[in-house]
Amino acid sequence: MSEHGGVGAGPRTDALLAASRESDFRRELRRAARVMVDARWPVFAVIFLFLTALAAIFGPLVAPFDPNRQNLVLRLADPMTTGPDGGVFWLGSDALGRDVLTRLLYGARISLTVGIAAISVGGTIGIIAGLMAGYFGGWVDDVVMRLGDIQLAFPFILLAIMFLVVLGAGVWNLVLVLGIGQWVTYARIVRADTLSLREKEFVEAARALGDSTPSIIFRTILPNILAPLTVIASFNVASVILSEAALSFLGLGVPPSVPTWGSMLAESRDTLVANKWWLAVFPGVAIMLTVLSFNILGDWLRDFLDPRLRERT
Amino acid sequence: MGAYVLRRLIQSVVVVIGVTLVSFLALQIGGDPTYLFVSERASLEEIEAARRALGFDRPLHVQYLSFVGDLVRGDFGQSLSYRQPAMGIVLEALPATIELTLFSMLMALSLAIPLGVLAAINRGTAWDGSVTTFAMLGQSIPNFWLGIMMILVFGLYLRWFPISGHVPFLTPLIAGDVGTAFGNLPRTLFHLVLPGLAVGTYSLARNTRLVRSSLLEVLEEDYVRTARSKGLPEKRVLFHHALRNAWLPVVTVIGLEFGFLLGGVVVVETVFSYPGIGRLLFAAINQRDIPLVQAGVILLAGIFIILNLLVDLIYVRLDPRMKLAGGRG
Repeated sequence: MSEHGGVGAGPRTDALLAASRESDFRRELRRAARVMVDARWPVFAVIFLFLTALAAIFGPLVAPFDPNRQNLVLRLADPMTTGPDGGVFWLGSDALGRDVLTRLLYGARISLTVGIAAISVGGTIGIIAGLMAGYFGGWVDDVVMRLGDIQLAFPFILLAIMFLVVLGAGVWNLVLVLGIGQWVTYARIVRADTLSLREKEFVEAARALGDSTPSIIFRTILPNILAPLTVIASFNVASVILSEAALSFLGLGVPPSVPTWGSMLAESRDTLVANKWWLAVFPGVAIMLTVLSFNILGDWLRDFLDPRLRERT
Repeated sequence: MGAYVLRRLIQSVVVVIGVTLVSFLALQIGGDPTYLFVSERASLEEIEAARRALGFDRPLHVQYLSFVGDLVRGDFGQSLSYRQPAMGIVLEALPATIELTLFSMLMALSLAIPLGVLAAINRGTAWDGSVTTFAMLGQSIPNFWLGIMMILVFGLYLRWFPISGHVPFLTPLIAGDVGTAFGNLPRTLFHLVLPGLAVGTYSLARNTRLVRSSLLEVLEEDYVRTARSKGLPEKRVLFHHALRNAWLPVVTVIGLEFGFLLGGVVVVETVFSYPGIGRLLFAAINQRDIPLVQAGVILLAGIFIILNLLVDLIYVRLDPRMKLAGGRG
């Protein structure tokens, strides 16, 4: 790859480098597609995630009902029931007569938003902390790494419970707590990579050219350590979505008026013994397929970025 | 070795202080914590009185020191809903939670090793494919949903297993009533099957992958090739040479695993109406019974820290290389 960037290169070499980078990029893209098709499953994962994202964005436009509209006549309607006004409850209705399919579509918003936002929060904190720890070493390194140790020594879900009980329900509280739960992973990886890059020639070159420290850290080192982080991010979105579902299930997620997959499952417990299976099956399948897709995607990214791993396992 | 133990002990103390600090700050983060302890209709005078009674009118560092002082004496405050010391209530629920956690951990580990080995030695075959697919699924299913599905299928439809409840084993055992304890044991285990599977599947899946990949790695090492070229039977190579190193990564994560399992237990207990700390926490969360939530969380975190310390100390004894290196960096 083009990690030795165009240090001190003239305009012509710059153009040449840009051209070769361009073809590098195309070649990489082709290789990515090939690895994906070879493995088959990642293709399904990408398609599923694309559809889920569409549901999250355009859900309100295609949803047959209002997610909070109660229909006391059609409570606990079986899947495929047709309502008096001709609307079909494709996936049935819940104990308050709300449409399950509509709530699932709205739930996709929360899961994806919280998943991606939490990773952005955690990733940003972790990357900055890791860059500082790795580049400066010394006491900065000690403080960052010990803080990470302390956090990892504490089961995360307990920490989340304690903060959310006090902070109260809300999407942004959830994002903050789940995000902070993830930073250590990023910090550790970024620190290790920064340590090894710090002494490389191209970083020395940037230093010799008189680049400022922030410029060296963010413009010379950071771009070269981003790739492996995408693997972690993919697995992390999966685990954040699982945690979000669990916290919503416990009643610690978003306010009850906002439909989420986790809170739908929590509500389904009351009607379980009456065998209203659709209330429990569909939200769970939605969570599972989304999490599975992110996990498969993570596996594929790892294979793609580090073929040695694939040869070995 | 001695230096390592000492360093590890100091580290644990720092972590414990961190946990107390975090639990203390968690209360303060939403503003004046007095409002968490009084009813919504309390008058200003009542709020003021409660603030003074609870000590929230003092400077923060004084509050923190008295909070830690109370913790050291085992005083976690009064539960708001039970009107009893919070720690006592939590301790009563602890044995049930330990039974569930241990059961799922034993199940996860005892199945993960054979499954991982099966996949690794049959690499690329249908066996490998099914095991890895199962492991991928297992890591993607929310544990509480798995619990709900098992209640539907094995509890309500097939009626094989009970869907709720708990038969105590540890409580009579601690009380010294060995006869009752072991008389209960078969029914205890029977009630643990569904919740145990729900809690343990994620760990089972992850450890299966771990055993598989670490065995694949070890099988390519020189010393395994040496063992093979000496003409040792494949079984001996596998069990006496390769496996001994392949499950070391599993041992390392046992402590962390316990933390994951505890997290799962908190949610799954609620699904199965299982009378442990998890269900207690769930009820306390819904009633905003802050002292009870704190007592539960701190107790579980404390157990987790002590277990991790023990696992690390045992690990040094298990792996001779650690002794030579004088402990982990």
